[in-house]
Amino acid sequence: MGDAVPLNDSTAVVDTVADVQARYVATPESTEQAAAVLRMATERGLKVVPRGTATKLEWGKPPDRVDILLDTSRLVGIVDHAAGDLVVRVRAGTPMSRLAGTLFPKRQRLSLSTRLPVQDGYVGGTVGGTIAANPSSQLRYGFGTIRDLLIGVTVVLADGTIAHAGGGVVKNVAGYDLGKLLVGSLGTLGVVTEAVFRLHPAPSATRLVTVEVDQGEIAGWLAAALRRAQLAPSAVEVDAWNDGAVTVGVLVEGVPNGVVARSEAAARILGRDAEITVVEGPSELPDWWLSPATDAAGTSLRIAVPPSVAGPMVDIVRATSARAGVTVTCRGSLGAGVLHAGLSGEYDVEPVAALVEELRELAAKHEGTVLVESAARDVHRALGKRGTDAFGPIPALPLMERLKHEFDPDRVLAPGRFAGAI
Amino acid sequence: MRIRTKAANPLSPLCTKLRSRIGAEKVVDDPTELETYACDGLAQYRVQPGLVVLADDADDVQAAVQECVAAEIPFVARGSGTGLSGGALPRADGVLIVAARMRGIKTIDPDDVCAVVEPGVINLDVSRAAAPHGLHYAPDPSSQQICSIGGNVAENSGGAHCLKYGFTTNHVTGVELVTPDGGRLRIGGRAAEYPGYDLLGAYVGSEGTLGITTEVTVRLTRDPEDVRTLLAAFETIDEAGAAVSAVIGAGVVPAAIEMMDALAIEAAEVAVGCGYPEGAGAVLLVEIDGPATEVQHTFEEVQRHCAESGAFEVRVAKDDTERALLWRGRKSAFAAVGRISPNYIIQDGVIPRTTLPEVLHAMTELASSAGVRVANVFHAGDGNLHPLVLFDAAVEGEEERAEEVSGAILDLCIEHGGSITGEHGVGVDKAKHMPKMFTADDLDTMQRVRCAFDPAGLANPGKVFPTPRMCGEVPRVHSADEARNDRRADEATPNGAEVF
Ligand SMILES: Cc1cc2nc3c(=O)[nH]c(=O)nc-3n(C[C@H](O)[C@H](O)[C@H](O)COP(=O)(O)OP(=O)(O)OC[C@H]3O[C@@H](n4cnc5c(N)ncnc54)[C@H](O)[C@@H]3O)c2cc1C
Ligand SMILES: Cc1cc2nc3c(=O)[nH]c(=O)nc-3n(C[C@H](O)[C@H](O)[C@H](O)COP(=O)(O)OP(=O)(O)OC[C@H]3O[C@@H](n4cnc5c(N)ncnc54)[C@H](O)[C@@H]3O)c2cc1C
Repeated sequence: MGDAVPLNDSTAVVDTVADVQARYVATPESTEQAAAVLRMATERGLKVVPRGTATKLEWGKPPDRVDILLDTSRLVGIVDHAAGDLVVRVRAGTPMSRLAGTLFPKRQRLSLSTRLPVQDGYVGGTVGGTIAANPSSQLRYGFGTIRDLLIGVTVVLADGTIAHAGGGVVKNVAGYDLGKLLVGSLGTLGVVTEAVFRLHPAPSATRLVTVEVDQGEIAGWLAAALRRAQLAPSAVEVDAWNDGAVTVGVLVEGVPNGVVARSEAAARILGRDAEITVVEGPSELPDWWLSPATDAAGTSLRIAVPPSVAGPMVDIVRATSARAGVTVTCRGSLGAGVLHAGLSGEYDVEPVAALVEELRELAAKHEGTVLVESAARDVHRALGKRGTDAFGPIPALPLMERLKHEFDPDRVLAPGRFAGAI
Repeated sequence: MRIRTKAANPLSPLCTKLRSRIGAEKVVDDPTELETYACDGLAQYRVQPGLVVLADDADDVQAAVQECVAAEIPFVARGSGTGLSGGALPRADGVLIVAARMRGIKTIDPDDVCAVVEPGVINLDVSRAAAPHGLHYAPDPSSQQICSIGGNVAENSGGAHCLKYGFTTNHVTGVELVTPDGGRLRIGGRAAEYPGYDLLGAYVGSEGTLGITTEVTVRLTRDPEDVRTLLAAFETIDEAGAAVSAVIGAGVVPAAIEMMDALAIEAAEVAVGCGYPEGAGAVLLVEIDGPATEVQHTFEEVQRHCAESGAFEVRVAKDDTERALLWRGRKSAFAAVGRISPNYIIQDGVIPRTTLPEVLHAMTELASSAGVRVANVFHAGDGNLHPLVLFDAAVEGEEERAEEVSGAILDLCIEHGGSITGEHGVGVDKAKHMPKMFTADDLDTMQRVRCAFDPAGLANPGKVFPTPRMCGEVPRVHSADEARNDRRADEATPNGAEVF
């Protein structure tokens, strides 16, 4: 049978999603095979969770049930890198590191994260997982997020329908932009099997300018001054702990001469204590730049506020966490106003849930939101007891639920994972 | 005094209701006045709307939509009516809801680098209002002096500078809309992102089929420190194409890189006397912007690539006045073609940039074998072609031939892996071409989105999709009990061996 898909029984601990044990693991090698898996699952009433390299499989709420893990590890390969058009078409299971490795020799990149290593042999997240999880990227200040770079997508719906949207060219307004709906959908709307991205030329020179200040608010002033200047940095990041200094990092990329002048101008804005680092590879970036705010076991909050509020928000996160008795790392795009608060160490879940609600109230005053990106099951439970969830209040939730119903009426894909009843 | 007799308008009851609800002066049913709304920028399609509502605010829009919903009457949104795909083409049996009077700029916020505007605000007015703060609104369609932000959001409009800065979708962070069931909804806001599905991403570019925008929050962009512009003249299109490839291949991202061919240059010359170099088979207009040191380096590189690719003349603008002069020919190009041809079709297609020379040759062949002329103006950096197919409607059969060539150009775009529209949208004009680019399943999946927003199919029906999709019943909200049942159903699952 052409549609036959390798499917194995599973009892392995690795085949769990937020402690929910999967029964089977399917490893389709093509879009058609992925469609066959989903069709079968729908017919049999089985629930499916797509899986890349499982680096962000805990994101969202724990799914109600997982029967099949649809693993994309055999759905790999660069289909076409049209270097002259700055476009790449790639299968969804392809590791991001492999994609970066293909683009690097052509001096191009997918402008997401400077963390993405280009060394061989590293297995990081996959293309599909990155689309579905939508990790906030450092380069969003200069280049937007994956939603701004994704120009075409192939997706399989729960009933096995194979759909394409967008296309192979950067400029294209034919039809609805389904790709954007899949960004951050955590596998609940469909399984991405192929994606097309717009690329950027890799910069020929990079410098990082850093400074330590006392408070988030001061960091915010610096970010405001950088916004007023015309230096066009690629990233404006912040790093802070419960107490101590707040570090601001400004990434300047471009041609060598330009980068020298711009990094010096940025250093003048950041003040006397600013330091300039010439970056020739990821190893020259500081540790905080290279690691996420939370380890896998911790609770990760994603706080999005208007840019002018980002600095003060760092102070608020520090103060409220201290009151809740939680150790926090606050890191993210000070420039764009998207921060991560990583809660770690030993803590009780009740104060964490209360902290989330407190932060939500404060953020809401400025049209800001707090998403619990990942957390242990008991934190989700504590949020539920308070009548909220990881996603918090969403005005358009009923519309999102209708959308889910149109795409996946039988709730085959990761039921319970997303906002509200999705 | 003139007495007009008019046939009973089937929308009369709706008209009466609406008038009492929002005020008589905002509801137009006078046939002469209705006729002025019969078309948008694509004048070959004309339909006199059943009724026109001139909304002053979101309440008016909502009232109009609610009355339409109650009476099951379709409605179409309109901004400035400059659309080039018939997106705002009215329905004779429906209501045209015009947002053009909603022109308030509510906020220009230099700290959050954003603006909050009503949908009828003219694109350029946002940049004008932001200018004192050294900011501007980046998407700059050539129609920016007349088109509305609401229309831009609906079309996901682009402009010459979107190669570097992106399209409308990359600059809108929030909208308020009246949903097709008459509700009010806010998606997004001032922050860069919001939890949940990216509905905004689907809404931008949906051509008025998912609701009517009543407020838009856009990101503003810092003015660049330096801008440099050059015009390079080449003897052939191939040389100009090679220059574009060389520039992009060198890792340069110009703010804009535009191309015009001999016929387009000729038209612009007649219309505005732009004084482009004589004997040019093609000109390239290249703009580099950004931090001064970067611009200086990059601009030199661009000049070198132009020279190496065979440019016989390169003009560099010394100041803003000279820059405006260089742009003048390009900006006038669409209208200018009217000077050398009584009629023309403005086509909008996209190809991978690297296939440019090949596609242009094929296009020339198409045109000459059909005996029509095609002038070419395009956003060369992103392969967005705007072939202008010239014809004389007075000459028997010429219009049909022009239509054929215009359609065949889209086929060429699709064959080369491109798109049937880069910025003008599908509207009513290109709905028939959608199946060439998308499968039935693709289109059906897109329409699932539509069913979620507009199950009754009242918002701008007949646009974008060649055939409507029947929407199922509105779902019940999934309950906690059902979730528990899902978990219990665990026991009933078959084993692996049986499945395959
Ligand atoms: C070196 C490196 C550095 C990185 N730096 C950062 C960083 O700084 N910050 C950050 O947040 N992230 C970062 N990432 C990205 C991130 O770790 C992952 O790339 C990505 O977010 C998850 O990929 P995954 O394949 O592990 O997905 P998984 O964890 O397997 O899945 C994540 C979610 O996506 C769904 N999913 C997976 N595949 C599909 C598919 N094909 N279709 C539909 N849904 C699918 C899953 O069901 C799940 O909900 C980095 C990655 C690497 C390699
Ligand atoms: C000379 C000329 C040059 C042009 N150059 C460009 C260009 O460079 N780039 C480009 O992208 N386009 C260009 N256009 C096309 C056109 O200007 C754009 O599509 C523009 O965005 C349309 O805006 P509008 O206000 O005129 O919308 P309209 O024509 O009134 O409507 C366009 C579509 O938007 C919908 N709509 C309008 N307002 C709303 C609302 N409030 N809520 C929901 N839906 C709404 C309508 O239903 C319709 O589907 C050009 C047009 C002309 C005439």
